[in-house]
Amino acid sequence: MKRTLFRQRALAYLLIAPQLAVTAIFFLWPTGQAIVQSFQQEDAFGLHTSWVGLANYRALFSDPTYIQALGVTVVFTVAVTLSALVVALLLALAVDRLVRSATVYTTLLVWPYAVAPAVVGVLWWFLFNPTIGPLPYVLEQMGYQWDHSLHGTDAMILVVIAAAWPQVSYNFLFFVAGLQSIPASMREAAAIDGAGPAKRFFTITLPLLSPTTFFLAVVNLVYAMFNTFPVIHATTQGGPAGATDILVFKVYQDGFVALNLGSSAAQSVVLLVIVIALTAIQFGWMERRVQY
Amino acid sequence: MAAITLEGVGKTYAGGVDALPSIDLNIADGEFVVLVGPSGCGKSTLLRMIAGLESVTRGTIRIGERVVNTVEPAERDIAMVFQNYALYPHMTVRQNLAYGLKNRKMAKDEIARRVDEAAKILEIGPYLDRKPKALSGGQRQRVAMGRAIVREPAAFLFDEPLSNLDAKLRVQMRGEIKQLQARLGTTSIYVTHDQLEAMTLAHRLVVLNAGRIEQVGTPLEVYRKPASTFVAAFIGSPAMSLLTAEAAGGVARLGDATLALPADVTAIGEVVLGLRPEDLTPVPAGTEGAIPMTVSYIEELGAQRLIHGQTAGQGIVCAVPSDVEVGASLAVLPSSGALHVFDAKSGRRVN
Ligand SMILES: Nc1ncnc2c1ncn2[C@@H]1O[C@H](COP(=O)(O)OP(=O)(O)OP(=O)(O)O)[C@@H](O)[C@H]1O
Ligand SMILES: [Mg+2]
Repeated sequence: MKRTLFRQRALAYLLIAPQLAVTAIFFLWPTGQAIVQSFQQEDAFGLHTSWVGLANYRALFSDPTYIQALGVTVVFTVAVTLSALVVALLLALAVDRLVRSATVYTTLLVWPYAVAPAVVGVLWWFLFNPTIGPLPYVLEQMGYQWDHSLHGTDAMILVVIAAAWPQVSYNFLFFVAGLQSIPASMREAAAIDGAGPAKRFFTITLPLLSPTTFFLAVVNLVYAMFNTFPVIHATTQGGPAGATDILVFKVYQDGFVALNLGSSAAQSVVLLVIVIALTAIQFGWMERRVQY
Repeated sequence: MAAITLEGVGKTYAGGVDALPSIDLNIADGEFVVLVGPSGCGKSTLLRMIAGLESVTRGTIRIGERVVNTVEPAERDIAMVFQNYALYPHMTVRQNLAYGLKNRKMAKDEIARRVDEAAKILEIGPYLDRKPKALSGGQRQRVAMGRAIVREPAAFLFDEPLSNLDAKLRVQMRGEIKQLQARLGTTSIYVTHDQLEAMTLAHRLVVLNAGRIEQVGTPLEVYRKPASTFVAAFIGSPAMSLLTAEAAGGVARLGDATLALPADVTAIGEVVLGLRPEDLTPVPAGTEGAIPMTVSYIEELGAQRLIHGQTAGQGIVCAVPSDVEVGASLAVLPSSGALHVFDAKSGRRVN
């Protein structure tokens, strides 16, 4: 990036002031509030606030529903990331083989990404709706009784599909670009060196794609953990019995629906710590592990 | 080691590009054949068909006794050195060399023995545990060669392996490839568009033009008796001068000059005369059989100087020792037997 030198410092600050203001009002201030609130407790009428130290955190980690939400989040996040990556890679490989400049396919496969997450959620909710949706009907013909409002596994599958769906197109683009940047001669040399298609994929293509894969894995993890609120909200509302109650959704439930602000704030702080940790891992690894 | 035989081999790419109409070529066991020609003439296409990286549209390719038209690249018992080396960037040099052997389920100690031997021959021992990224262009080139020789294949295929190196290194590697091939005695096909590289490396040259073989022969044969004006202009540096002249009664008229044609030339009418710059000697004006030329400019090459000029409205080049003083015009005399005569229409050689 180009560095521009401003003679007047005041002008420079003036120019970034709006951005700073937005960051301060919508990020720093609420974050500070959350941290403060996580050490406080309000009485039932909201008239009196008292400092309670780590009580909110202690309550949180001894709450079975929170522990369940942690487990659900891990399963959900890993499932979304893996399925979004694998499906996108398979599509990218197919396109890469098909034509080197498959603009039609690429354009088509990007569309899901342009659809708002809540709409995606409603769409899948409809497709899988036990009474009016087409997919449960098909599944029933095959002898499976689909009902995501009763079965926790069905609900999890539904939210994973709904959440992974838009990510596939995003990942696909990166994988196609990554595959195109591997010189054809590399695969040809491996073919002459006696490696079959499967071996070529695992010993040449996949390792050469590893920077792309790692980058996408982190992006998808963060997405599944923090940006899937609308999907859950529009489909399962965290149910049945908390089977799809991921951490982000629980913050909202406990804070805005149950109005337990202290616990909700503590949960936000835990999430904040997770984001920071993920970011640190990403930067640390990007530098060392995934290069050749 | 094996002979390679091409019979009527042709390639039409999807989309109808007829890259190679039909190629016939016999390459003897242990021979070093260089395919040379301008960009886009189909050299890579031919080589890649032999390697199995490109499907064969017509004809048959034999490696040894076996027809390999539809055989997988891995089963053809060939090794290829690519222009960009195509080293696997995530593997060390040792792993790069061993990859092809491992895929063929060779015993560990045999792999180690071959890798060490190749490393010794190519002097890449110190870099065995480095990744390709940490090597210079020349070292990468050596590793690429190493990956080919550890396999001990029936044939080596080279696609412009030196074109990414600087001029000095290119000359050095050229010498090393020549020695290596002589030592291993492996049949080799080498593609280049550099005529000097072709001349110095080849046992036999194959000059390609627009998908057709113009001439096959030893470098000296091709140099001394180019089969067409295309070969004449392409092989040899500085390039041969080609001049259109009128032939009649055993002589050719080129402006005011009259040149005696070789005895075997019976052509009458328009012909193209080929004269290599080094076959022309400055002589006093008016000498019998000399060609008068006006000087356009002079190129200093150190050992010699090249005089670019005009005669009868056509370009001509003459090479003289660097101590010869040149004025604005001079006369040059072709040495005896130095005249190449081509048919003006077909461009084929007539003497
Ligand atoms: N995949 C392809 N599809 C269609 N046409 C092709 C393809 N590959 C090569 N060609 C065409 O075939 C002809 C021969 O190409 P080739 O690569 O063999 O040339 P070359 O002699 O190796 O040239 P260079 O010295 O530039 O490498 C060219 O006209 C090229 O445009
Ligand atoms: Mg080529």
